Amino acid sequence: MQFKLPLFPEQASKIAPQVDALYLFLVLVTTFFSLLVALLILFFAIKYKKAPGRKAEQIHGSTLLEIIWTVIPLGISMVIFLWGAAVYFHIERPPANAMQVYGVGKQWMWKFEYPGGQREINSLHVPTGRPVKITLISQDVIHDLFIPAFRVKNDVLPSRYTSVWFEATQPGTYHLFCSQYCGTKHSGMIGEVTVMKPEEFESWLESGKAEGSMAANGEKLFQQFGCTTCHRPDSGARGPNLEGLYGRPVRLQDDRVIVADDNYIRESILNPNAKIVSGFQPIMPTFQGVVSEEGLLQIIAYIKSMGEQQGQPLNNRSTPTQIRDSEVPNIQQQMKQNSKQKPSGKQP
Amino acid sequence: MSTAITAVQPQVMPAKHYLNDNYGIRSWLLTKDHKRIAVLYLISITFFFFIGGLFAAMIRLELLTPAGDLFQSDTYNKLFTMHGINMIFFFLIPSVPAVLGNFVLPIMVGAKDLAFPKINLMSWYLYIGGALFSLATMVSGGVDTGWTFYTPLSSGFVRTHVILMAVGILIVGFSSIFTGLNFIVTVHRMRCPGMTWGRLPLFVWSNYAASLIMVLGTPVLAITLILLALERGFHIGIFDPALGGDPVLFQHMFWFYSHPAVYIMILPGMGVISEIITCFSRKRVFGYFFVAFSSIAIAVFGFVVWAHHMFVAGVSVYSAMVFSLLSFAVAIPSAVKVFNWTATMYKGEVSFETPMLYAIGFIGLFTIGGLTGLFLAALGTDVHIHDTYFVIAHFHYVMVGGMVMAYIGGLHFWWPKMTGRTYPEGWAKLAALITFIGFNLTFFPQFILGYLGMPRRYHSYPEEFQVLNVLSSAGASVLAVGFILPLIYLLWSMRYGEVAGPNPWKATGLEWETSSPPPTHNFEMTPVVTTEPYAYGDEEGTVVP
Ligand code: HEC
Ligand SMILES: [Cu+2]
Ligand SMILES: [Cu+2]
Repeated sequence: MQFKLPLFPEQASKIAPQVDALYLFLVLVTTFFSLLVALLILFFAIKYKKAPGRKAEQIHGSTLLEIIWTVIPLGISMVIFLWGAAVYFHIERPPANAMQVYGVGKQWMWKFEYPGGQREINSLHVPTGRPVKITLISQDVIHDLFIPAFRVKNDVLPSRYTSVWFEATQPGTYHLFCSQYCGTKHSGMIGEVTVMKPEEFESWLESGKAEGSMAANGEKLFQQFGCTTCHRPDSGARGPNLEGLYGRPVRLQDDRVIVADDNYIRESILNPNAKIVSGFQPIMPTFQGVVSEEGLLQIIAYIKSMGEQQGQPLNNRSTPTQIRDSEVPNIQQQMKQNSKQKPSGKQP
Repeated sequence: MSTAITAVQPQVMPAKHYLNDNYGIRSWLLTKDHKRIAVLYLISITFFFFIGGLFAAMIRLELLTPAGDLFQSDTYNKLFTMHGINMIFFFLIPSVPAVLGNFVLPIMVGAKDLAFPKINLMSWYLYIGGALFSLATMVSGGVDTGWTFYTPLSSGFVRTHVILMAVGILIVGFSSIFTGLNFIVTVHRMRCPGMTWGRLPLFVWSNYAASLIMVLGTPVLAITLILLALERGFHIGIFDPALGGDPVLFQHMFWFYSHPAVYIMILPGMGVISEIITCFSRKRVFGYFFVAFSSIAIAVFGFVVWAHHMFVAGVSVYSAMVFSLLSFAVAIPSAVKVFNWTATMYKGEVSFETPMLYAIGFIGLFTIGGLTGLFLAALGTDVHIHDTYFVIAHFHYVMVGGMVMAYIGGLHFWWPKMTGRTYPEGWAKLAALITFIGFNLTFFPQFILGYLGMPRRYHSYPEEFQVLNVLSSAGASVLAVGFILPLIYLLWSMRYGEVAGPNPWKATGLEWETSSPPPTHNFEMTPVVTTEPYAYGDEEGTVVP
């Protein structure tokens, strides 16, 4: 048995000291009130111990005291609430420039893939000084990615992407746990996070170079599954052109406008009829059970890269479906008319 | 009101009471007497408490070493699942309401029985029915979903008897719905002359509040379990995304019941504490109205905080904020109660009989349990400690440090009323002390473990967590002694205990004005209430110092 008795996990991310500060404040509040109650009880127990000749003084209560001990705890808890919410916003919102890593959880292992195509199992390498965002999906049940040294965790759902982000500060190796009970080997679904200096990380990435980047592999799948038969940039295409789709608003048949993020694209592939793009027929077949979770991530990486490569401005989009927010009001009418006709290539 | 004169004379058992009114197994199994039904419940939940405790002991044994070497992973997973299910559904939820509430609530309001005696008996049969399903599940291999049954793990992946167990919980759920219904109607319709709402004992108020939750919340659990069974049995897609469902929907539905269920468990316990503190301080409760009203506030707020179990389950940041805010709000009425109990001791005549020791233990441990809830309600810290041992420690402080202490305290308090005899005070004090020490030793280290990052439901764990786990297991063995002792001496006292007399604590309240044990119809004549509750001091004039 190791006779270590630490009270805190290591602080290895930028957010860790902030979480710990709030935690310490809470420890302070808890200690104060617990001691207050305990000492009062002890004091009353000794001072007002039953003794012959002394009678209890009957007091009915005091509205003033009731107000005081309602308002003060309320005030303190509002401080904790606001502080907690501020830290949470930080934890939940990845910065735009974060380095992307993709993670797939399955009973009972973690698989990670980098945009360059490098892959790892139950092990994750990240650089210091750079925000890293891990987009997560589960292949089966709900898991949860938890890195105590970074003070972050998030459930890994089988139905949609969630994410965890952090900026590591201390090189070293740290625990990575699954903290949502997921069946037999839940406690074996653990791994290691290795934090490296940026240069070391770059050379690590270099050494792990795979056959192709995620986007390149995604392109292969795109061909293989015949997506190209419908999704082509030309005018005769039966499906919308996907170039530049990522991150743009999309108008749906029911006139809702939705931003095309990872989850939207995933849903479009697995459950195409859930949200029909305005101006198109619901002819796309489902790929549920056909494309693996890793494959989906690669296809998404490919769709993402399509826009970047072309660098196309939005009004060159060849479908009537993707629109700029500012365009929404004036083209509303036009869209309605269009949607009655068959989709027809380029828009004037 | 009983006077001091009776206290000096040796007490004699009443000639006729509910225990000797009738003999034979039929007279028990077909009884409509709320007191006998309470005794039936007492026996059955005690059985489940010790079964659940046995599972806990096995869990703590396994966690002595980092490696998962004592049990197989699947076995371990079944152990913590069955521990949770037994303790929550078959012990904690019925504990105070179905045993103590059943026994004293009708007497407290001056009624002959609950409003629906036959339904009351049916509640117990439903409990037993559910319990048989639970036992059948255990015997045929158990379940390994965790007591939370999260989907799609439970609906599509595990290969244990989920449906069997779900049916058991469904049935026992109806038992608590009927108990709640019975209490609500009794409090509304069966109060004796003079027993106004403002004179109801706080135990009645808190059981009333808990009953509201039982009636309104439990059906949601029933629906959730039925949907789960439909998906598992007939592949109807509700929660499993592979079938077109949404796994997070399950969590919303499950916690919509299971968070309020926390209050089903703790509110009646709080009622016990109010009774005990006033009695052993010989004082009116401080702020009667605020203590009574805070029970209702807890019941209402308790329904709108469920998503605080889901801050990292992919809910939007804004809904997380709302649920965090509401969770802080629900903490306030509990704090108000703690302050009022403490203030009740102020300028009282405090004495330290066993029930009081448990009550004081309750206040201390519940305060810690409640305050550590703030760590989990605060979004920033919850992300880190969610699903770790911190959560385990937190809810055991509330459920065991709070609720079980209140239940055992209440059992000692009303034991003379239930059996007509007193328990051995020395042994009882010792047991209370052992429980308190053992409890803290078991669960305090788990707060630290949790912050260090040890996830819950781990069969094996990294080596650096061992010291704290060993401490916790050591504490558990002390705690076990604290729980087994009362079982022994309470049984012993039924035969050898001193005869208690109608009011051994010289407490106020209608239940102390009838004989111990009470007659089958509780009172010789329908009582009439003329004083406010907890009118301590009024009778004191007759005491010769
Ligand atoms: C049979 C023709 C067809 C095939 C094959 C097809 N799609 Fe589609 N797809 C469509 C149509 C039509 C739509 C627009 C209607 C809708 O939303 O369902 C669409 C919509 C989409 C969208 C949403 C586009 C937007 O602008 O919002 C995505 C993303 C997409 N498809 C991806 C794929 C991928 C990836 C594949 C291959 C795995 C694929 N599709 C295969 C016809 C097809
Ligand atoms: Cu897991
Ligand atoms: Cu809750």
